[in-house]
Amino acid sequence: MTYIDNGSHSSFRIKGATGDWEIVVGLEVHAQVTAQSKLFSGAATAFGAQPNSQVSLVDAAMPGMLPVVNGECIRQAVRTGLALGAQIHKWSRFDRKNYFYADLPQGYQISQLYHPIVGEGTLEVETDDGIRSTVGIERIHLEQDAGKSVHDLHPTQSFVDLNRSGCALMEIVSKPDIRSPAEAGAYVAALRQLLRYVGSCDGNMDEGSMRADVNVSVRKPGDGFGTRTETKNVNSVRFIMQAVEVEAKRQVELIETGGTVVQETRLFDPNSGTTRSMRSKEDAHDYRYFPDPDLLPVEFDDAFVAECRASLPELPVAKRARYIETLGISAYNAGVLTADVETARYFEAVLADTGPALATAAANWLTSELFGVLKKLGVGIEASPVDPARAAALLGLIASGKISNSIGKQVLEAMVETGDEPAAIVAARGLEQVSDTGAIDAAIAAIIAANADKVDQYRAGKEALFGFFVGQTMKAMAGKANPGVVNERLKAALA
Amino acid sequence: MSVDDATVRKIARLARIGIAEAQVPALAGELSAILGWIEQLGEVDTTGIAPMTAVIPNHLAWRVDAITDGDKQAAVLANAPDATSGFFAVPKVIE
Amino acid sequence: MMSLTDLTIAGMKAGLANRDFTAVELTEAHLAAMAAARHLNAFITETPEIARAQAAAADAALAKGEAKALTGIPLGIKDLFCTKGVQTTAASKILEGFIPPYESTVSGNLFADGAVMLGKLNLDEFAMGSSNETSAYGKVISPWKAKNPDGTRSNRELVPGGSSGGSAAAVSARLVAGATGTDTGGSIRQPAAFVGIAGIKPTYGRCSRWGVVAFASSLDQAGPMARTVEDCAILLTSMCGYDAKDSTSLDLPVPDFAAALNADLRGKRIGVPREYRLDGMDPTIAALWDQGLEWLKAAGATIVDVSLPHTKYALPAYYIIAPAEASSNLARYDGVRYGLRVTPPGGNLADMYSATRAEGFGAEVKRRIMIGTYVLSAGFYDAYYTQAQKVRALIARDFERAWEVCDLLLTPTAPSAAFAFGEKSDLRADPLAMYLNDVFTVPSSLAGLPAMSVPAGLSADGLPLGLQIIGKPLDEAGVLGAGLAIERAAMFTARP
Ligand SMILES: [Mg+2]
Ligand SMILES: [Zn+2]
Repeated sequence: MTYIDNGSHSSFRIKGATGDWEIVVGLEVHAQVTAQSKLFSGAATAFGAQPNSQVSLVDAAMPGMLPVVNGECIRQAVRTGLALGAQIHKWSRFDRKNYFYADLPQGYQISQLYHPIVGEGTLEVETDDGIRSTVGIERIHLEQDAGKSVHDLHPTQSFVDLNRSGCALMEIVSKPDIRSPAEAGAYVAALRQLLRYVGSCDGNMDEGSMRADVNVSVRKPGDGFGTRTETKNVNSVRFIMQAVEVEAKRQVELIETGGTVVQETRLFDPNSGTTRSMRSKEDAHDYRYFPDPDLLPVEFDDAFVAECRASLPELPVAKRARYIETLGISAYNAGVLTADVETARYFEAVLADTGPALATAAANWLTSELFGVLKKLGVGIEASPVDPARAAALLGLIASGKISNSIGKQVLEAMVETGDEPAAIVAARGLEQVSDTGAIDAAIAAIIAANADKVDQYRAGKEALFGFFVGQTMKAMAGKANPGVVNERLKAALA
Repeated sequence: MSVDDATVRKIARLARIGIAEAQVPALAGELSAILGWIEQLGEVDTTGIAPMTAVIPNHLAWRVDAITDGDKQAAVLANAPDATSGFFAVPKVIE
Repeated sequence: MMSLTDLTIAGMKAGLANRDFTAVELTEAHLAAMAAARHLNAFITETPEIARAQAAAADAALAKGEAKALTGIPLGIKDLFCTKGVQTTAASKILEGFIPPYESTVSGNLFADGAVMLGKLNLDEFAMGSSNETSAYGKVISPWKAKNPDGTRSNRELVPGGSSGGSAAAVSARLVAGATGTDTGGSIRQPAAFVGIAGIKPTYGRCSRWGVVAFASSLDQAGPMARTVEDCAILLTSMCGYDAKDSTSLDLPVPDFAAALNADLRGKRIGVPREYRLDGMDPTIAALWDQGLEWLKAAGATIVDVSLPHTKYALPAYYIIAPAEASSNLARYDGVRYGLRVTPPGGNLADMYSATRAEGFGAEVKRRIMIGTYVLSAGFYDAYYTQAQKVRALIARDFERAWEVCDLLLTPTAPSAAFAFGEKSDLRADPLAMYLNDVFTVPSSLAGLPAMSVPAGLSADGLPLGLQIIGKPLDEAGVLGAGLAIERAAMFTARP
């Protein structure tokens, strides 16, 4: 693993006609705050409701309607800031960002330009090929989401649904520290992982709970920043990486063919894998921000910050380290088990029953056996047909020698089919492991008698045949014999 | 501060208020007169003065996070000039 | 016997309690007066059916001995307050036909106390004006006429002031017992003075703004307009109260202002801000001001000279802050969710916005939206808006310093009596003449202070003049007390 410090660390380059180009990326991630109701109204935030059914008169900007802030959204923003080791501003304020758009009922978005609730922080990032870097966080501010315009239901009209209008967003703004598409993807993945641990955003990108505005510029290594474009609302890690790459290449081509990059907002089209200028936003660049006179400054004390801090769970980096150092789990497995908060939760629930002694066994079983089952069923671990208690019971049976690893696989399959307790399955199907030497010796005697020739060859030195005898014995014992005992008794019988 | 015709057009555009070309000079004159009069604020020495944030000392109350509103599609759409199958309808937007 | 419409609210309450007359009789008398005075154009929407139903309910409550503070009292509601199921226009074409599915907190408070709504009162469009000439539903005419030198009445039509011009005209002409007004820079006090009635703007945050069509959020404040100080106190008590739906609402108990009324000013110090003595001030108004001070002295107060050094900058600061907030508050009128929509043939969304707002807004509203848009636009924000908010802080500080030496301030309400239509609205002549009307009322609005106008005398040509009392934050009781002292001393009995 190579450690590289902030900025101009990546060796990623775009090969242009005039030489190599470095790309500079900053991301504005919009993360929907996990809350029952909206930032300034009591309407529901659940995804997928009937159009305009989760809209209050405040969200619809009826005359005389006023915003009242949702305290939970403030709490979640502070918890997120703390998780990013960021400055928390105990005095912040909401501003109005004024522009006209069909899905912006007030004619302004309530946001925080001048005094955001969270200031500078950092996020540790690691790409798939193990390149680590630290990406600076510029700020996090709270703001309202806009509604949704549907353009394809009617030839000459767009339809507006305000269900989303007023939902709370955290805009998490990175510094322009990112230098490659891979790093951009890794940053968003790491941020998503952290938000899901904190519980301040479900990170559900296909439902739009997380979208990124991708700011890209290019420069010759060593030069100052170039003119950037902002590609709006890119909604998957893969698309973000694509958008960075294609937009950077477009800019390089443009510059190298004598053109100049204009600062503009663009749209990423996943189908064509290209970005294009967004006409509808062109003249929206004078937002006339000013403090929202319907609201007072947001103020809280150290005690509130302390409560928020106390409510934070163990975060991915710390958890992974603990798994390796105190549980003795391999670095690889520790990474897999902490990658998503749900997996870590499941793993720790299993350990709660088995005790830490079985940590390694549990880690191996989870990442191989259980993941195999989940993959086959195509479900996430939160929907696992085997709950942590039953998983722990199964691991216990294996560890205590009641059943062998191979029988364990059979039992797991049966558990998935029937949902029964593993012990019940083992009993009902008579799968207990046999260590009783009498039964084993009898089986061995029969095999020796039936294979006199092989016995002679073995005694003459053809030791490879030992495996044959083991196999025969296990077969005779229907796989339930304790392998250790079988080895020991065979050695004795063949000596 | 005198506002020229181009500025009047720009402001009207930002404010989404259509104005006939013939109105522009008159508007420029009116706005110039008003803004010229407002200019005198520049005389006031405000060094070290914080802009007013709350008219009367008061603190922002926080709402409890609960669903207390919404679920009133009919009321939301009742006054709409054009509503279709639960949506507000507007001239097509090209993004 | 004097007609029912001449009674004060206090008198009506007594008469109803006594069974001298019924709420239905009281309401019918006002509906008749309303019908007879339609030429004043005080109402945008009359609601006789609602009034009759509420009056019948009031009589039922009275019969059961369940009368509340305003049971059966016929009021007019400024058409800036959203009223459930009743068209609410803000006197703008852009809201024509808008039927709110909700009731503003303040009008709801009045109805919860038993009040009867006669209709929705005319105003300057979006409350932007000082003469009620900007309403899309026609100007409101003052019931008052000036006296000619020979003592005959002139037939020249006069403005009722604004923006609460319909409220002022209706109360003064005895079409309603009282009315709601809103005051952003003087919109309750100046029209009250122009038509010889009382009106109070309470401390910013006393009355909820929820459901009141917004003009300038940091300045808008509702308040009552009525013929006596006591009636204002009765209405104010019902209108005020903490509202969790308005983040700027004050979470404080509301005193019974009527019960607390006290004209005994012994121990009170009345400040006279010297900056309010403008050179070229109308001598009648200057004299009335001195007279007012004498009256307060007679009521036991001591008079002190105070200075509010930044007074001269209040109007320019106001004409940055109010239009800036308005330019944003009025952005929601875009023809998408309610009100007027104008789509030019083949027009796109932006064309629809521009056409809708061009046709839906009147000239003054457009002018203020454009000023507000300009002062907030890139590059000008700090020079205009931030500087104005700093000056506003200085103006508030001037008042705080004054409170170290006095308890209340006495000033004229307006620099002149009511004027004729067109006199100050000709922008070619002087774009600022109209704005200067609010010179005495704007500073207390910027500081969010309680202030009221009380009728105190007549101009040379027989038109009402008012005096303004300004108080410390939350001291509505003190303001009303001094108002009562002036009312009693002035014995203002003139009527249109
Ligand atoms: Mg952005
Ligand atoms: Zn944003």
